[in-house]
Amino acid sequence: MVKNKYDIIVVGGGHAGCEAALASARMGSKTLLITLHKNMLGFLSCNPAIGGVGKGQLVKEIDALGGEMAKATDATGIQFKTLNTSKGPAVWSSRAQVDMAKYSLYMQDVLSKQDNLEILEGEVKKLIVKDGTIKGVETDKDEKISAKAVVITPGTFLNGLMHIGMESFAGGRIEEKQSSKELSDSLKKLGFKLLRFKTGTCARLDGKTIDYSNLRIQEGDEPPVPFSFSTCRLKLKQVPCYITHTSEKTHDIIRKNLDRSPLFSGKILGTGVRYCPSLEDKVVKFAEHTKHQIFLEPEGLETDEIYPNGLSTSLPTDVQEEFIRSVEGLENVKINRFGYGIEHDVVDSTQLLPTLETKPVQNLYLAGQINGTTGYEEAAAQGLIAGINASLKVKGKPPLILDRSTSYIGVLIDDLITKGTNEPYRMFTSRVEYRLILREDNADLRLRKIGFDVGLVDKKTFEQVQEKQKLIDEGIKELKKRSTVIKNEKIKLYQFIKKPHNKIETIKDELPDYPAEVLREMEIEVKYEGYIKREFSEVNKFKHLEKIKISPDLDYSKVPGLSFEIKEKLSKFKPLNLGQASRISGITPVAISILIVYLREYGKRR
Amino acid sequence: MLNKSDTIAAISTPLGEGGIGIVRLSGKKALTIADKLFKGRNGATPSKLPSYTIHYGHIIRNKEILDEVILSIMRKPKSYTREDVVEINCHGGILPLRKTLEAVLECGARLAEPGEFTKRAFLNGRIDLTQAEAVINIVEAKTELALKSAISQLKGAFSKKVQELKDETLELLTLFEAELDFPEEDIEKTKRNKLIERIKRITSETDKLLRQSREGEILRDGLLVLLIGKANVGKSTFLNRLVGKERAIVTHIPGTTRDIIEEWINIEGIPVKIVDTAGFKKIENIIDKKAQEKVEEKLADANLVLFMVDGTKSLSSQDKEIAKIIKDKKMLCLINKVDLPEKISKNKLKSLIGNKKVLEISALKGKGINAIKKFIRDSVFAGGVSAGESTIMVNARSRESLKDAYNGLLKGFDAITEGLSEEFIAVDLKESLNSFKKILGETLEEDILDRIFQKFCIGK
Repeated sequence: MVKNKYDIIVVGGGHAGCEAALASARMGSKTLLITLHKNMLGFLSCNPAIGGVGKGQLVKEIDALGGEMAKATDATGIQFKTLNTSKGPAVWSSRAQVDMAKYSLYMQDVLSKQDNLEILEGEVKKLIVKDGTIKGVETDKDEKISAKAVVITPGTFLNGLMHIGMESFAGGRIEEKQSSKELSDSLKKLGFKLLRFKTGTCARLDGKTIDYSNLRIQEGDEPPVPFSFSTCRLKLKQVPCYITHTSEKTHDIIRKNLDRSPLFSGKILGTGVRYCPSLEDKVVKFAEHTKHQIFLEPEGLETDEIYPNGLSTSLPTDVQEEFIRSVEGLENVKINRFGYGIEHDVVDSTQLLPTLETKPVQNLYLAGQINGTTGYEEAAAQGLIAGINASLKVKGKPPLILDRSTSYIGVLIDDLITKGTNEPYRMFTSRVEYRLILREDNADLRLRKIGFDVGLVDKKTFEQVQEKQKLIDEGIKELKKRSTVIKNEKIKLYQFIKKPHNKIETIKDELPDYPAEVLREMEIEVKYEGYIKREFSEVNKFKHLEKIKISPDLDYSKVPGLSFEIKEKLSKFKPLNLGQASRISGITPVAISILIVYLREYGKRR
Repeated sequence: MLNKSDTIAAISTPLGEGGIGIVRLSGKKALTIADKLFKGRNGATPSKLPSYTIHYGHIIRNKEILDEVILSIMRKPKSYTREDVVEINCHGGILPLRKTLEAVLECGARLAEPGEFTKRAFLNGRIDLTQAEAVINIVEAKTELALKSAISQLKGAFSKKVQELKDETLELLTLFEAELDFPEEDIEKTKRNKLIERIKRITSETDKLLRQSREGEILRDGLLVLLIGKANVGKSTFLNRLVGKERAIVTHIPGTTRDIIEEWINIEGIPVKIVDTAGFKKIENIIDKKAQEKVEEKLADANLVLFMVDGTKSLSSQDKEIAKIIKDKKMLCLINKVDLPEKISKNKLKSLIGNKKVLEISALKGKGINAIKKFIRDSVFAGGVSAGESTIMVNARSRESLKDAYNGLLKGFDAITEGLSEEFIAVDLKESLNSFKKILGETLEEDILDRIFQKFCIGK
């Protein structure tokens, strides 16, 4: 065993692993990334798109903190679209179609050029733990590698089992038959509670054999708007998607073959993704629908392969072929690869701290699907936070904990660690209490400083955002001071913008010193001032409880008035503050009231 | 404020009522404090006596007998607070009761905060919060009808309705959220006017509940009725007739009533507090600023004003002054002394008070009293619906939240009709949702405990 060769080992090279490894290496920790296949780093296993409602916000936040995902998307994006533009700016969400091959290559390139980072091909079979602290990992080549902290991001490979019809085979991805069963066992032995989730993907189609003539075209935005706050220009050619629908005939084929579905025959036991169900799931659950929408998404500029978003399935190949060909435009389609369902192990995420370090094993961090999430963006966000915290811990610095009022990432992690999840967790704007102030457009204003403080954002970039904030504040003051004449009526600029249908665009000639992104922030802050203020007052209430710390040594059995179940739950959870305690499921407001009184009155005498 | 090792004490019975008063002690030292003060007939010391026993004796402090008492002992954990509890039943009236409390405090007890006994009962796990709240309402319920209503809240009629409103609000919120989180799904979008209809319906149901709870508030807190009229118009006679006992001193000399007279009476199950304004000052001096201020202060709180005029006399300038002061209040005009020849001009009266209801009564003979009672009852229960079922007894905390819920819905309605996008409407609906949850105890209010327990009168 090589002694302390690495500060941090990252296990897994998906979206969580890439961000974790980059963050820790960039923060100066000597990092080793262990992956099954170097050429699969940053691979998009499912759809060729990054972002979406709620997810776009995550990607912007990753960017503001100094992560890589947004930059990778900009470098390889072939269609950019802002969703929800008919609504207010708080719920605008960016999404991009990317060239899958280029995306993976971009990530491999960035990782390979990163200082402090080594990449090793191999499978981790066992965690080496001593006295409740991780010491390193053991690989399939019986190699023991030591590190001060370990981040595990195995995704669907953690005891993965794929299903196509009644056939099943171990593995994490089609054509990748490794399934880290030993790693899963190792976690179990360490006392972790594991659950089993299910996800799936659709068949891949040959675009040359699709008849687009009757299908609706869906173009990207013009001009396309990049994800990263640092990207000035997008380089790749932009291409459209197409929309088609399933038919009654499709649904009939599926109904006829449900007995051959591993999902409905009881073969798959894991809990599936409610928000991204398989087509057979949709047909059964929404029997009244006569059709379902399908997006035909190009996988890249140099491939004809098409990802038919909405046709996820684990039915047998002959059934897949039959029902796919019943969809308009796909009558003569050639199927390159078939869809499959996949079951994998996840760790009950309530065993984690808000840093993503595990409670049972110190210096061990988990990120991505292993924590019960679904989605590239959710994984990347966790990877980034786990990487940052592992590095901070190794350096003996205080951890980075983002609370629910700071970011979507904060909400994501807080949900996982306090509520846990009994189905694959996907980000939504509705999960976020303070949605009006946690927008995509101000992610840089909210989080750049944090990124700078941990060492992932350079000084120049941080100064730029400070300058932007200064300009916004000055600009709003100017709006309050100056007037303009509109339709022969004198009106304060501020009052003009406040009116619901007026746009700052109309008066931008009056404000020549302000760049477009500054004007946009000024407009949002002025127009929605009332709602934003209300939300900030809610945030203050929220912070109050977050500030009441609870000692991890608190003996809950001594707190009078708590029921036995609640005492037991709190003893197990050991919440760090009252706010967190209040969000644990089954902890009643009355119990929190009792804790408040207890901490205030009895705590004083301790 | 709360210290578990403390022993607390307070007078646990309403002051000034009844011959017996109780000083209650709770805490570790309750029994040893009792040892210091109590001298039993057969010399037994309280700390040696078993639980659930009562003992006759005297409270003696510095060799002075303070009172003749009955002492009850309830040892932990089987007591109201789950601590050692001693109750001293004092028999000598208010002064010995106070002296006994002082003696207890001198021996090491601390004066209890309002509601602290119940708070301890709660913290020691003997009662839960909803029980504690129901205790408040029952303690405060002043009449049987109010009690009936309080009990029906205990049974959950109110919370059932709030639950319904909460569910409907949540469902509506979900529809808005779905539009935000699934913009590209081809799910059937609910039409805006349908959503407007739904929010309208929830709003009006919340409004109805709010009105019903106002009636409940009156049932609990009482209806404040202000009796006003110039001197010697017969207010005291009327009050005596209504109350059914010689409460006010009645003479023929104007302005005999010098004390402030406030009387609780039970009118068809509604607790009514009648305030006779004559006692403030002679009504002739009502133009006098100070007197007027006092009357106006009372007026502001009054739910109903009874304006009494003398039927045997023409309307005077004082009548006109009074009519002016009370013109904006909910009012019933009483023409008194109709058993005697009538001299008052009803047309002139009408020009003074407008369309307000007028009743002809004779306080002396008891004529018209039932009609007044009926009017008071109807003024509480608009439309004269039977109480008990539709009236809802709600504590101030819940009513406040219900108002917030209502306001949130109104704001949401405005936002939706202004055409604002879903995320803004959601802010308003969430506000309502949280307010409904607050009532049901599903969400946290930090100061809830203090607020609830402070509602108790001291010693409960």
